[in-house]
Amino acid sequence: MKGWVSKSRILFLLSSLMLVLTGCGRSNLTALQPKGEGADVIFDLMMLSVIIMVFVGVVVMAIYFFVLIRFRQKKDQEDFIPKQTEGNQFLEVLWTVIPILLLVILAVPTVQKTFMLADTTPSEENKEDAITIEVTGKQYWWHYNYNGQKIQTSQDLYIPTGERVYLKLNASDVIHSYWVPTISGKMDTNPGENTNEMFLHAYEEGVYYGKCAELCGPSHSLMDFKVIAVSPEEFDQWVSDMQNVDTDATPESDSAQRGKELFTEKSCIGCHAVGAGGGASTGPNLTNFGDRAKLVGYKENTKENLVTWLLDPEKFKPGNKMTGKYGNGDPVNPISEKEASQIADYLLQLQPSEITPEDAKSTDSDSEEEK
Amino acid sequence: MSTATAQKQGFGATLWDYLTTVDHKKIAILYLVSGGIFFLAGGLEALLIRIQLMVPDNNFVSSGMYNQLITMHGTTMIFLAAMPFIFALMNIAVPLQIGARDVAFPFLNSLGFWLFFFGGVLLNLSWFTGAPDAGWTAYAPLSTTSPGHGMDFYVLGLQISGAGTLIGGINFLVTIINMRAPGMTYMRMPLFTWTALVTSVLILFAFPALTVGLFLMMFDRLFGAGFFDPTMGGNHVIWEHLFWIFGHPEVYILVLPIFGLFSDIISTFSKKRLFGYSAMVFATVLIGFLGFMVWAHHMFTTGLGPIANSIFAIATMAIAVPTGIKIFNWLFTMWGGVIRMTAAMLWTVAFIPSFTLGGFTGVMLAAAAADFQYHDTYFVVAHFHYVIVGGVVFGVFAGLHYWWPKMFGKILDEKLGKLAFWPFFIGFHLTFFIQHFLGLMGMPRRYWVFHSGDGLDLGNLISTIGAFFMTLGTLIFLYNVIITSIKGEKASADPWDARTLEWSIPSPPPFYNFKQTPLVRGLDPLWVEKRQGNGKMTPAEPLGDIHMPNNSFIPFMISLGSFVMGYGLIYQVDDSRWLFVAIAGLLITLGSMFVRSVKDDLGYHIHKEDLEEKGAGSE
Repeated sequence: MKGWVSKSRILFLLSSLMLVLTGCGRSNLTALQPKGEGADVIFDLMMLSVIIMVFVGVVVMAIYFFVLIRFRQKKDQEDFIPKQTEGNQFLEVLWTVIPILLLVILAVPTVQKTFMLADTTPSEENKEDAITIEVTGKQYWWHYNYNGQKIQTSQDLYIPTGERVYLKLNASDVIHSYWVPTISGKMDTNPGENTNEMFLHAYEEGVYYGKCAELCGPSHSLMDFKVIAVSPEEFDQWVSDMQNVDTDATPESDSAQRGKELFTEKSCIGCHAVGAGGGASTGPNLTNFGDRAKLVGYKENTKENLVTWLLDPEKFKPGNKMTGKYGNGDPVNPISEKEASQIADYLLQLQPSEITPEDAKSTDSDSEEEK
Repeated sequence: MSTATAQKQGFGATLWDYLTTVDHKKIAILYLVSGGIFFLAGGLEALLIRIQLMVPDNNFVSSGMYNQLITMHGTTMIFLAAMPFIFALMNIAVPLQIGARDVAFPFLNSLGFWLFFFGGVLLNLSWFTGAPDAGWTAYAPLSTTSPGHGMDFYVLGLQISGAGTLIGGINFLVTIINMRAPGMTYMRMPLFTWTALVTSVLILFAFPALTVGLFLMMFDRLFGAGFFDPTMGGNHVIWEHLFWIFGHPEVYILVLPIFGLFSDIISTFSKKRLFGYSAMVFATVLIGFLGFMVWAHHMFTTGLGPIANSIFAIATMAIAVPTGIKIFNWLFTMWGGVIRMTAAMLWTVAFIPSFTLGGFTGVMLAAAAADFQYHDTYFVVAHFHYVIVGGVVFGVFAGLHYWWPKMFGKILDEKLGKLAFWPFFIGFHLTFFIQHFLGLMGMPRRYWVFHSGDGLDLGNLISTIGAFFMTLGTLIFLYNVIITSIKGEKASADPWDARTLEWSIPSPPPFYNFKQTPLVRGLDPLWVEKRQGNGKMTPAEPLGDIHMPNNSFIPFMISLGSFVMGYGLIYQVDDSRWLFVAIAGLLITLGSMFVRSVKDDLGYHIHKEDLEEKGAGSE
């Protein structure tokens, strides 16, 4: 159904239908300016349904207003008894058949596209090259396992543009839902055996905002993530950088060195892995923490915020699973401010790759990111 | 035994009268008042939600409290406000519309109400210790692992009130099938009665699915079972199915009687016979039938696969056809008529475009592929509020204006009624229209905060402003109720020049409704008599003794026992001594049932002579 109406007409409809007031929202969050295959396909279907509905709406409203204006009781009509019509068979058939036809027009592409979006197995010829990523939703963050590349990471999902990247979705606690509106529709992540599949296919480079769309607890609205679409070359670079992380490297500054020691002493390492090869995944993998687009999904990734987070995670994510689990389990005062600062220095210098969210932005004319 | 005589009694006597009544007209009032109170509670919760979402990154309520608010708002509005409103309208109108003296099982009618009431009270008591917080849909495992007792209150509260609803549904089913006056064939029943019949059938088939789901969840939460726990070999998707097998028909349970009510109102205030009566009946039955075939459209993103998704998508789209038939028949009922724009008609006329818009987004949502974007966003929130507020709530307001004279013998002030309408109507569209766009702009539903810079600020602010307008409208309506009860104009038997049987007897009707069962000679029986006869119903029987049921306190006790048992079950998790409370509750319930079984309660007769004394007053 692509090209069913020209893009310019779609844009025209869009601008007239969608409230002038609000525009279309943030360009890397909205579903109304699709920049990926899934979102694009859905947008066309959405517009088709809107056009049909507007057509029906105009007919209904025309009759509605005509009736209300024309047949309102006039002053001399108080005792007037109108003709008691029983009905009209022709009309009944008419307003049964026409809606059925209109629905068929909508139903055919609906079924087509439903099957198209469910086609989540790579075709024979690029089976070797296709990227498949296991996505696991956890209260309140996302874990990624690039099987073919042997990379594990969290929160920021790096994908190459111009091809389908296949996701296998699961959850480890409650149901979440993985949604990147600008490039694709959403899919639930179920705990247990009900693994779901979808694909992401970004047309353009960019940092796309992702949201959890299934109520999952107090921090449901804070379970944001980013999909970072970079060019295939940049993606290959990122993969090789991540595969060759030197986890034993000594940080440059003294503070960061001390932070690295504290990371073990305060039992952070029990939940968080540093090194893309794997390790503990009770908490997010921190291998490229210094490159994160956002801290905890939605805060500026600054040292100040990170220290605040380390001292009291509840401030940023109520009901998170980290509170009280570190600093040897001391619930009151797990770590001192100084220690938090040193750990922060250590974490923020974890920048193993040349490829960062900045690279995805370089071709993105949108300047909202810089705000 | 009308309100007039009730006023002469002391407060205690009146209270006792209402606690024990089995009169459908008084039970209607009980449903109305308790539904109204829960509606205000749910509305207050909604207002707090909107205040929290007025500005980005707000901290007006905590995230934990927010989840409790959304859960209780949804649960309260559906189960404890909309349902009792529907039952209030059915109770006041159905027996009168079919020419019956009461429902088939007056005792069960009372039991149904008190079970609903105590279930609702139990649910709301959770506010003192932490309300349920897993959403009104209570998806497992979030609901089964939710800490505290909030979700236990949800499970037990809904189980008890659900039993009441089921009893009520069966009662109306039997009433409509068995208690129709001579000549009131199925195809002469007013549309409201027809829709009440279909809704009762839906209740009969839909609520057991909820009962089963809640039982499984109760075992998971209270007794450590693992029906919905994947780590124990359970499957949480079963809950989603059970919930929606109930949950989708529930939407039609709520909205169908409102469709019927609108049919009656439009016909009355256009002075015209309903256009395409048989098509309307057919559409009602078809919607009820299809309503059971579409539940999985709530689960397009659960991962059922493209085949299931396509089937449910097409089944869902099909519902648009009978709904469309209804909209067009309403429009053509007005066509060529003489439209009187009373407050009841104003709400009805406003319903048509509002509900139609909800229908449009319904078809859009049915497109399974596109639902991957809409699902669980504010687009869905906008859609179901258009259907439930634009349909059910508008309908309840219309119905109350229409039947208020029959319930209380006074006409709600028309000027104030229209004054309440406008802020509510404008506020409604202000609140919810913009939410379609918020959803598509990337705002999922049940979000405690949205971030500044996500482009969602203005839309949310507009939405919150709308909520205040709706509040204003509701307050004006409440003021109207109070002022009318103090100095309202007394209503005649037939203040609207209406068409159906309930308007052939005084407002409010005597407690036995019809002194003599009327003979029905056509569709819109009163209208027929007005045009072709002397304007009065012809009796179908000679004046004789009327058999009436006795009042009973037992329904209250049975329900109270369930309430106590529920409370005990919830807390026996902490301390097994609470089991004694549960058992005590169970004994109260069983004991009351035992008394009911062994004690003869044959009712009483109103004697012919007494009826004659009252003269023609009841005609």
